Amino acid sequence: MSKTLFDKVWDKHVVRKIEGGPDVLFIDRHLIHEVTSPVAFLGLKTRGIKVLYPERTFATADHNTPTINQHLPVADPLSANQLKALEANSKEYGISHWGLGHQKNGIVHVVGPEYGITQPGATIVCGDSHTSTHGAFGAIAFGIGTSEVEMVLSTQCIMQPKPKKMRITINGTLSRGVTPKDVALFIISKLTTSGATGYFVEYAGEVFEKMSMEGRMTVCNLSIEMGARGGMIAPDETTFNYIQGREFTPKGEAWDKAMEYWKTLKTDADAVFDKELVYNASEIEPMITYGTNPGMGIGISNQIPDAEQVEGGVETYEKSLNYMGFNEGDSMIGKPVDYVFVGSCTNGRIEDFRAFASVVKGRQKAENVTVWLVPGSHIVESQIKEEGILDILTEAGFTLRQPGCSACLAMNDDKIPAGKYAVSTSNRNFEGRQGPGSRTMLASPLVAAAAAVTGKVTDPRELMEELVG
Amino acid sequence: MAYDKFNILKSSAVPLSIENVDTDQIIPARFLKATERVGFGDNLFRDWRYNPDNTPKPDFVLNNPTYSGKILVGGKNFGSGSSREHAAWAVYDYGFRAVVSSFFADIFKNNCLNIGVLPVQVSPEFLDKIFKAIAADPKTALEINLPAQTITLTSTGEQESFDISSYKKENMMNGFDDIDYLQNIKSEIQEFATHLPL
Ligand code: SF4
Repeated sequence: MSKTLFDKVWDKHVVRKIEGGPDVLFIDRHLIHEVTSPVAFLGLKTRGIKVLYPERTFATADHNTPTINQHLPVADPLSANQLKALEANSKEYGISHWGLGHQKNGIVHVVGPEYGITQPGATIVCGDSHTSTHGAFGAIAFGIGTSEVEMVLSTQCIMQPKPKKMRITINGTLSRGVTPKDVALFIISKLTTSGATGYFVEYAGEVFEKMSMEGRMTVCNLSIEMGARGGMIAPDETTFNYIQGREFTPKGEAWDKAMEYWKTLKTDADAVFDKELVYNASEIEPMITYGTNPGMGIGISNQIPDAEQVEGGVETYEKSLNYMGFNEGDSMIGKPVDYVFVGSCTNGRIEDFRAFASVVKGRQKAENVTVWLVPGSHIVESQIKEEGILDILTEAGFTLRQPGCSACLAMNDDKIPAGKYAVSTSNRNFEGRQGPGSRTMLASPLVAAAAAVTGKVTDPRELMEELVG
Repeated sequence: MAYDKFNILKSSAVPLSIENVDTDQIIPARFLKATERVGFGDNLFRDWRYNPDNTPKPDFVLNNPTYSGKILVGGKNFGSGSSREHAAWAVYDYGFRAVVSSFFADIFKNNCLNIGVLPVQVSPEFLDKIFKAIAADPKTALEINLPAQTITLTSTGEQESFDISSYKKENMMNGFDDIDYLQNIKSEIQEFATHLPL
């Protein structure tokens, strides 16, 4: 029978099917961090059980970590306590631990691929919803709750009903200034934040085929924001080139064998999806959000829609605009910006900093904005230095922070103050997500850069034109 | 972690007629710093419930003594956002045993089922009726019958049935969790692992 890419990977990992219930799914790789794991380890202790395959779990500290002065003790005692618990638990159960200060430390979804832990055809889970990032490699990857973290630690399995399948195809060529982030925000604006709930998405078509691994990770990362369990892209030469030679990828004969298998990982020509959506690349322009969920996004040159034009309750919509201090019909261009945040597992990779630098080069940081540039990992940090990007940033008046989740969820000190506006490259603009009372506009690194040098919401294409012309 | 068995729950309900209630509202990230599962109920809907100086916001429904009960009724797409099980813990710890909505986000729903909170998905029309009934009489009771898979508005007798997999239903009715199940098939899992490509 014809199968989709998703079917092929899922079916290979089903240990047992339960009548009238979920599948018992084997998990190849498990990533953990300090926030969603401690209670799972407590559960193991209470039940008196061990970690079944410690070599399949990897721990990194990221959600809670400071992004300056990482060599100093962590000031917040609660954060310090979680970091210590992760270290102690990893040690006790024999799990690799990349804690604060470790050379491999970084955001869990950035370091996984960097070290080759993420591989095509794998099942990957983590107690963080943006685990969907790893689907860029043709893996089935999704976020889980703490009870499930405990299941994976103790039995390397979780119990999941098989999701439905959706394919989103985009053909054509992206216009200038349109990045993978815009592609994702565009899809979410069409689908809403619940449009793909119950589905696992496969992205297909020229746009994704031509996209870099970094770009594919950005798109798959945001699958969860349309409600999907995860998203994936069939592995191809771009994928294989990216993973070859990384620390945890197979070598020699094992590589050849793996390649043979990986090349079979694509959707059969006549396989059937439960839902198919098709867009054209030319429909997409640089995007920005105006509301309090990632589905409330528009092309940057557009006006905020009227309540009647959007799906859902008028009351909820008005509450959202009220929170943002925006009105129906407002133009987004020229909106005030107090903070700019570039980072997170959505846009904290080298390509994102290259894009940011391409716009700010030869310009100066606007005086009214505070800018936090946070690399996703130490590898990204070194690349920024080696490629001369840091020099460009420094000349333009910016500084670079140290790796971590930072203002993506504002669990550490990187909080946007109440009432302030931030243009952020992260993934959620929920009320208070970036700090109590903070107001977030999600956008690409290019839009972030334009805001950082002009001090307000600006179409990056104008600045790019100036540079070219 | 074991939880109380769920059978028939008859209770008044707390209405929260907002759509897309996300997990950052249910429990803001700054309250995720515990290493034990205690006290999350105090911070349920923290920023909707309290002012920055920790005084209660009188117009938020949890601060309104008119409404109480073990059932939370939410608008469409309840629980979207992060995978933090802390959101489900906060709901449970506050004293809710069931959440009713016309649509749930996936991971939140899963997390609820894993810790003993029953997500009850009803039609948009029935949800509307529930909101109206509570508005008319805040003490009106809902009856959720898990064995029969029905939810009833006791004031009018109107009823709808809801979906749950027979496996999860059995778990909820007995207070079992998935780890118990998985532990019992460990040797089968280990055998399976030897045949995997990765
Ligand atoms: S950067 Fe944000 S979304 Fe990504 S892992 Fe960290 S907290 Fe989660």
